[in-house]
Amino acid sequence: MIEAWVIGTLARTLAYGTPLLLGTLGEIYSERSGVVNLGVEGMMIMGAISAFATAFTTGNPWLGILVAAIAGGLAALVHAFASITLRANQVVSGLALTMLGLGLSGLFGKGFEGKPLDSTISNVTVPLLKDIPYLGKILFIDQNPIVYISIVLTPILSYILFKTSIGITIRSVGENPAAADSAGINVWKVRYACVLLGGVLAGIAGGYLSIAYRPAWTQGMTGGMGWLVIALTIFASWKPGRGLVGAYIFGALIHLSYRLQPFVAPQLLKMMPYAFAILALVALAIGPGKQKSEEPNSLMEPYVRGEK
Amino acid sequence: MQEYLPFEITERPNPSGFVIITVSLLALLSAFLVASFVFWAYGTNPITAYTALFDGAFGGVYELSETIRRAIPLLLAGVGLVIAFKAQFWNIGAEGQLLLGTIAATWVALFSPVPEPLMVPAMFFFGFLAGSLWALVPAVLKSKLGINDVITTLMMNYIAINLVLFLVQGPWKGEHQWGFPYSDNFPAAAQLGTLGTTNVHWLTLVIGLVAAGLIYVLINRTTPGYEIRVLGSNPSAGRFAGMSYVKTSIMVMFISGGMAGMAGVGEIAGIHHMLRNPSELSLGYGYTAIIVAWLARKNPLAVILTAFFFGAIFAGGDALKVSLGLPFQITDVFNGLILFFLIGSEILMNYKFEWRRSP
Repeated sequence: MIEAWVIGTLARTLAYGTPLLLGTLGEIYSERSGVVNLGVEGMMIMGAISAFATAFTTGNPWLGILVAAIAGGLAALVHAFASITLRANQVVSGLALTMLGLGLSGLFGKGFEGKPLDSTISNVTVPLLKDIPYLGKILFIDQNPIVYISIVLTPILSYILFKTSIGITIRSVGENPAAADSAGINVWKVRYACVLLGGVLAGIAGGYLSIAYRPAWTQGMTGGMGWLVIALTIFASWKPGRGLVGAYIFGALIHLSYRLQPFVAPQLLKMMPYAFAILALVALAIGPGKQKSEEPNSLMEPYVRGEK
Repeated sequence: MQEYLPFEITERPNPSGFVIITVSLLALLSAFLVASFVFWAYGTNPITAYTALFDGAFGGVYELSETIRRAIPLLLAGVGLVIAFKAQFWNIGAEGQLLLGTIAATWVALFSPVPEPLMVPAMFFFGFLAGSLWALVPAVLKSKLGINDVITTLMMNYIAINLVLFLVQGPWKGEHQWGFPYSDNFPAAAQLGTLGTTNVHWLTLVIGLVAAGLIYVLINRTTPGYEIRVLGSNPSAGRFAGMSYVKTSIMVMFISGGMAGMAGVGEIAGIHHMLRNPSELSLGYGYTAIIVAWLARKNPLAVILTAFFFGAIFAGGDALKVSLGLPFQITDVFNGLILFFLIGSEILMNYKFEWRRSP
């Protein structure tokens, strides 16, 4: 009984953790290049509505995910233009993006509210692997393909960031843009690319929410997940691998906030992920380790040639 | 690269008031221009929309009073945010601090032993205190442990929303509300008076105006205000001069959270008279107050003007919802666009662009 409960919880944890993971991977890249994007919530919700609208009208859910990626990317470019080219304050620009995303999605999503989506990305069960004891039931039965995509993406993005010259370029732009610039790196280009990637992944995360995880559109359906992503990025020390662990911990908390409702008031359960995010950051701050040193040095500072 | 541009860019260290106002107005105009494309894409004639928006905000005495009533919470919370932003403290949590004010007011009105004549002052006192305490958590976490203030203040918003929901659906659910998730109605002694038949709860408005003046004096004419400005613009210089970052953070967040808390008291005691769904108590005033404070260029007196402006956007947005059937998220679109253009245009304020004379 308990065994089945634990296995079921872990399996659903993957589903809840996936949008968080995708968002966190993107934000890690953006921040590694020196740009905080607090617009994750806005980019996610833009992804969610454009995916739903596309899948609903064309009947093709994968096209929906593609459009979600484009929508998230376009939204990210607005933030990139404001914060990189116009050197606007990154905190405020990100907030503006979130407001705009919530507003536009609410406006253009109104007609889609409450409509059922027939063409969804359905869950799959992997033959053979499903028979592995325990692990098979958790990982390989009734999971969404996007869950696997995000899992595969994690080591790839981690490898690129830490083991390739592209990764060194990104990290050096985030650590010391002036030095990177004098070494011939185009700081602006690198930052634009990283912010764009962040937007694309956040858009896909939103698309996953509206056409795979719960195939429906409700306004504000991201419900703070984008903000959890910002916390997770710090919690993960800007490392994709740790981002995966963190995303699943928070995925479990979100899942449990539904699962434990027979026992505890639902509103108190819903506080749990947010309270835990604060506690996790406190634990990081007072615990041993050198988290602080991982933070990109030039985070939140626009780069101006000739200064410093 | 700059040599190839047709104009020269030079820094403008202290932009004049004229430059600030001109650039801000241009930014607002541009935001409205882009918003008209949004209207058009939605299938609404932009001119019709703007006419309805303007009429809804300024078309008559009632419309104007609705604008003022929306401006009240924005004024209180916005003035509070100004002082936090001055100290470079990113308080994104006014929304939650405002809700804590509504909780405190409900406690005073329905569950406390406070005698009736003292109820109104007690509501504002405890509302301030509740908002402050909520804001002190991020203040202590940032100043003592270096934990990101944006995240903690935001997470506290979501906790506050669920706290209100818990109270109205659980222990504080009213016995006379036909099963709706409302608290019971406030007694008459806990309801704020309004001007005539309007919804303008004037006491809160007066508190907001006085607070704007007091905070202006605090920032510009006192020693703690000086420390706020120094630590906000150059933290290491401030620390070197022996100023306490912890003390200043706690002070600004105490005031900032308290002001938002009182904004919540005004909303619940002046308008709703009961605790109810957080999305009905605050229409995102805590978030809009961020733009209010930013547009005021962190000047507490200018907040009076900018709060009024965004009050008009809210009232006008309401009219758009009623007369043209546009969803209420249209105000979010305005808010987001305006904020983008405001920060995007700051470069015009801080730099001069001069056309090169042809050789």
